[in-house]
Amino acid sequence: MTGSLSPKWTGLACLVALVFFPWFATPFWIVQIGAQTMILGIIALSLVWLAGYGGMVSMAQLVTAGLASYVVAYFGVQSDPALGFRLPWGLNIVLAIAAGTAFGIAVGLIAVRCFGIYMIMITLAIAVGFFYLARQNMGFFNAYNGFHGIRAPTLLGLSLRDPIPFYYLCLLCGISLFGFVVAAARTPLGLALQGIRDNPRRMQSLGYNVAVHRVVAFGIAGFIAAIGGVLRVWYAGSVSPGSVGVGSSISILMIAILGGMTHPIGAFVGALLFNLIQNFAIDFIDRERFNTMIGIILLAIILFMPSGLVGLVDRLRQDDRRGDRPPRQTAPNASQQSPKIKEGNHP
Amino acid sequence: MPVSTVKSQTDDVPALALASVGRRFGALVALQDVTLTLRHGERRAIIGANGAGKTTLFNTVTGDFPPTSGRILLAGRDITKMPPQARTRLGLRRTYQTPLLLDQLTVRDNFYVAVRGIRGGRLQLWRGADAGADEQEVLRLAELTGVLPLLGRRAVEISHGERRQVEIAMALAGTPDVLLLDEPAAGLSPGDRGTLTALLRSLPSSITIVLIEHDMDVALGFAEFVTVMHNGRVFCEGLPAAIAADQRVHEIYMGHRHG
Repeated sequence: MTGSLSPKWTGLACLVALVFFPWFATPFWIVQIGAQTMILGIIALSLVWLAGYGGMVSMAQLVTAGLASYVVAYFGVQSDPALGFRLPWGLNIVLAIAAGTAFGIAVGLIAVRCFGIYMIMITLAIAVGFFYLARQNMGFFNAYNGFHGIRAPTLLGLSLRDPIPFYYLCLLCGISLFGFVVAAARTPLGLALQGIRDNPRRMQSLGYNVAVHRVVAFGIAGFIAAIGGVLRVWYAGSVSPGSVGVGSSISILMIAILGGMTHPIGAFVGALLFNLIQNFAIDFIDRERFNTMIGIILLAIILFMPSGLVGLVDRLRQDDRRGDRPPRQTAPNASQQSPKIKEGNHP
Repeated sequence: MPVSTVKSQTDDVPALALASVGRRFGALVALQDVTLTLRHGERRAIIGANGAGKTTLFNTVTGDFPPTSGRILLAGRDITKMPPQARTRLGLRRTYQTPLLLDQLTVRDNFYVAVRGIRGGRLQLWRGADAGADEQEVLRLAELTGVLPLLGRRAVEISHGERRQVEIAMALAGTPDVLLLDEPAAGLSPGDRGTLTALLRSLPSSITIVLIEHDMDVALGFAEFVTVMHNGRVFCEGLPAAIAADQRVHEIYMGHRHG
């Protein structure tokens, strides 16, 4: 039977585990592992949405989140009295998410005409540019120092700074955005985006404005990343050029590759693995060797399971199912066993 | 010429008209001074040897590569400078020499995307109140082209002949006014070819169909009127019987040098 690996039951089991996990865990596990995994997962989710459904690999997702973090700091409570505005936190969040979405659209407008490696390069250039801007600009980014003393608000007497409420906030955001992406994939916009990934020219001749769809997809990715950015600055309590460095941008790409981009869940699976390695590599090897270790794991995943951990699970499930399924009756043809081989390239 | 049979005022305006259309790729002249007029509901075949400019002609009409000179009118409306998607929304559809499908999507989703492309709401993050009507249109297309059993399969998994059928079905979403078919019979087995010809014959007579075809028998059997292209120009036009009997056309096909 397929029961052991069916997505419905696995999903339900994961949900129950995630909800009851703080009952048993220490604050370290709740915040450092639980909440941080959700935050990284949300930012990686914005990349999986773009790359998995839209075929557009953006290296600018982390700086999009970073901009939202900076907006939260600049327009909220932080420790530098000389800079920024103290807006109410509700307005502050709306502003941060709007800024992230607008930034996503702007990145989309710049990158929309590029495909493949060129899109990676241009978005990487944006990410690097953002880092240097943050490091040199005093007026908004506070240059080297950045902002400190940022705190998650207190909502109806519940301090979102405390481990358990903060974990549930991150979990709620993560699950909502995950659900949003899964649902969006089945809507006209989401299907059109996948169509554009498969064949932009075809989509044009079906009546779609490819450029507009791609820019809108970037806007949605900006929205998702911005929520991740708000949570991230609440988690860290500070934001500085170090939080938006190129290394962190690459980490988001690594998370997406580790987890796999064929399904949105890959973002969170990848984030969990990455986070565990980051936190526990120190127990196995030197702290300085974290990059070596994550590099080797990344290499192994790319070589042996190109669609990430999610792809591996998919493959296991297919093997599992093959045994008890009756052979297909309709239209037998050779391509069934190897769906990766593209047919129909006749002149 | 049967082109000038005027029945009513609407028939006066051709379904598709090209006025001395040309297309260059750098120094290469792929298409030169092509003038064509198609009346509503006409079945036209375009034949010619490899490199005659047949597919380039389609590309200029659909906007995949806009023409570098001349004008194109769709039902009297100048579409020369329009982007491809705008032309599609005005009732122009095409298929490609090698069927282009959305490979990772199911056949059902391919149809849904095609239906939505015509109906609008392309940027919606919800399926909308007309989801039922969309689904019915998807089923209508599948039934019309005989691909109902394929709906759940991913496009990449189906056979070449099935891809042809699916692609034609997608082009029929929302019932087009002008349908351009680029070698629909290429690479098909004799059985599939029969299915395809039957499908083409069953299409509503309101659709103007232009067919590029290498196979003279298929082309001459289906079309009411034939345009022969050679070296980027219209070589000659005529009724199928006349074209079939034309010695010069045979020479072009056989690759003999023509003066």
